[in-house]
Amino acid sequence: MGILVYVDHDNASVNPATLSTVTAAKEIGGDIDLLVAGSDCGAVAEAAAKIEGVAKVLVADNAVYANQLAENVSLLVADLGKGYTHILGSNTVIAKNFLPRAAALLDVAQISEIIAVDSADTFKRPVYAGNAIATVQSADAIKVITVRGTGFDAASAEGGSASVEAVDAAHDAGVSAFVSEEIVKSERPELTAASVVISGGRGMQNGENFAMLEKVADKLGAAVGASRAAVDAGFVPNDMQVGQTGKIVAPDLYIAVGISGAIQHLAGMKDSKVIVAINKDEEAPIFQIADYGLVADLFEAVPEFESKL
Amino acid sequence: MKVLIAVKRVVDANVKVNVLADNSGVDLNNVKMAINPFCEIAVEEAIRLKEKGVATEIVAVCIGPKTGQETLRTALALGADRAILVETDTQVDPLGIAKVLKAVCDKEEPQIVITGKQSIDSDNNQTGQMLAALAGYAQGTFASEITVDGDKLTVVREIDGGLQTVALNLPAVVSTDLRLNEPRYASLPNIMKAKKKPLDVLTPEELGVDVAPRTTTLKVEAPAQRSAGIKVESVDELVDKLKNEARVI
Ligand SMILES: Cc1cc2nc3c(=O)[nH]c(=O)nc-3n(C[C@H](O)[C@H](O)[C@H](O)COP(=O)(O)OP(=O)(O)OC[C@H]3O[C@@H](n4cnc5c(N)ncnc54)[C@H](O)[C@@H]3O)c2cc1C
Ligand SMILES: Nc1ncnc2c1ncn2[C@@H]1O[C@H](COP(=O)(O)O)[C@@H](O)[C@H]1O
Repeated sequence: MGILVYVDHDNASVNPATLSTVTAAKEIGGDIDLLVAGSDCGAVAEAAAKIEGVAKVLVADNAVYANQLAENVSLLVADLGKGYTHILGSNTVIAKNFLPRAAALLDVAQISEIIAVDSADTFKRPVYAGNAIATVQSADAIKVITVRGTGFDAASAEGGSASVEAVDAAHDAGVSAFVSEEIVKSERPELTAASVVISGGRGMQNGENFAMLEKVADKLGAAVGASRAAVDAGFVPNDMQVGQTGKIVAPDLYIAVGISGAIQHLAGMKDSKVIVAINKDEEAPIFQIADYGLVADLFEAVPEFESKL
Repeated sequence: MKVLIAVKRVVDANVKVNVLADNSGVDLNNVKMAINPFCEIAVEEAIRLKEKGVATEIVAVCIGPKTGQETLRTALALGADRAILVETDTQVDPLGIAKVLKAVCDKEEPQIVITGKQSIDSDNNQTGQMLAALAGYAQGTFASEITVDGDKLTVVREIDGGLQTVALNLPAVVSTDLRLNEPRYASLPNIMKAKKKPLDVLTPEELGVDVAPRTTTLKVEAPAQRSAGIKVESVDELVDKLKNEARVI
């Protein structure tokens, strides 16, 4: 059995989500090869080769993969993937974009966002915004899977010494082109990798008030997240949305500020180790899952909390 | 140009489903059903393309049991011109749905297909991408803005770090994200009018598509329950608990 894991990256470094995906691959069992598809991505390949437990790193370094366009990368993955029993990607936007496309090219189903491996063909995944956990068995010869990072510990990024092999194939579907990207630069840890997350909701009232959460984040080394309502209202950018249809996080500490606790929000954070809720409405559903609830006006409680850290 | 929209019938977003005691699935008896919210956004975007004079006809497609007609009537009431139900009682997985949609595309030859990014029941996030693969179309997933410019489609996509813009050849598949638009409500006169709009019923067999699922759901369980903790009286108590009890700060 051989497993191909797609390395999520930005041509500079490996996204930590890949480390959880490697752990899922180990639980399935078999030789693990990694695929790095990008352009000028030598540093990524080098880092990938150090991930513990990996046999080989395939590197497709070519201009056609520069922006990891789904149309091109799916052709590469479907081509290389034929030699494997499993193809795994992370639950990042890059893999969510191209992996179903690769699966369809291989004429196999995809199993999305697994949180546990029961056996080489049977997996657990949340459905209905995490209100049910389905155990799913695949009958396909090649299992194409995305892995939810919160379900698996990270494999060690050091200690491995995989061989690195260049892949020449340059697949260009010729139907799409990258135009531009607006990446929100932040000194803070990435939401899905942070050990502390503080999120704001509609109760924050506007974007400027998120500065209060940022001050707390600075003291705790936290990432800042948001509810959909806060994103829709334009308080903060879309990449901060936590929830069923946003990012899934499970930090050691999650602090929900001015968030009511709709099922779609809970779906993205209820596996956090410790949950704190600050809300002025004592009936807010978020209190039903919070370890520590503080019924208070956030405009008083948050600055006080920050000053006492 | 013709625009095709794929609409799925799902449990209403406000319903918290319960797992059946025999672990065969979730309880769908007397549960409120609705059009998948992301599909509602797809319908809205198609209508806006028509209002801009870009789209000339909007065809809504649903795959599933007979009740899918209700969902299609909703799409028609919102502004779709015509509907197709591909009727089946099989639990079709996204690959099968994509194959059916591909067969419909072969007949209808749309320039743009709009799907939701994700079904809020099965949370797959696959169908649009799979359809694009099978049809050989370009794809603009998780769209927050689309612009048609001649034979090109520009799509602004919601990605992990922010926004990305891509230019696609037509025909193309677009999958909707939450910020693409805010769907309108259907007016009563339009709901009445929708009853007279054409709704064709086909089967996967008639389209020559095998929809047998490749995956089997062995069981469905309730997730581990999180019990409510305590209410703290003050910020001081909160800080103390986090430091000395939970030890997370
Ligand atoms: C298809 C679909 C997908 C969705 N996906 C997501 C998702 O991924 N993530 C997500 O978060 N949501 C998602 N939602 C939206 C979700 O249903 C809720 O609408 C949303 O989470 C509500 O955000 P909120 O809690 O910030 O706002 P509200 O529900 O309006 O709550 C605001 C809270 O702030 C409190 N508050 C107000 N002022 C103060 C104050 N001064 N001090 C203290 N507390 C205050 C109020 O008491 C209230 O509880 C989705 C919905 C749909 C239909
Ligand atoms: N049964 C269906 N009928 C019509 N469209 C569907 C169906 N299932 C999925 N889709 C489309 O595919 C999108 C993504 O669904 P999924 O891949 O299941 O998350 C949905 O928002 C719909 O646009």
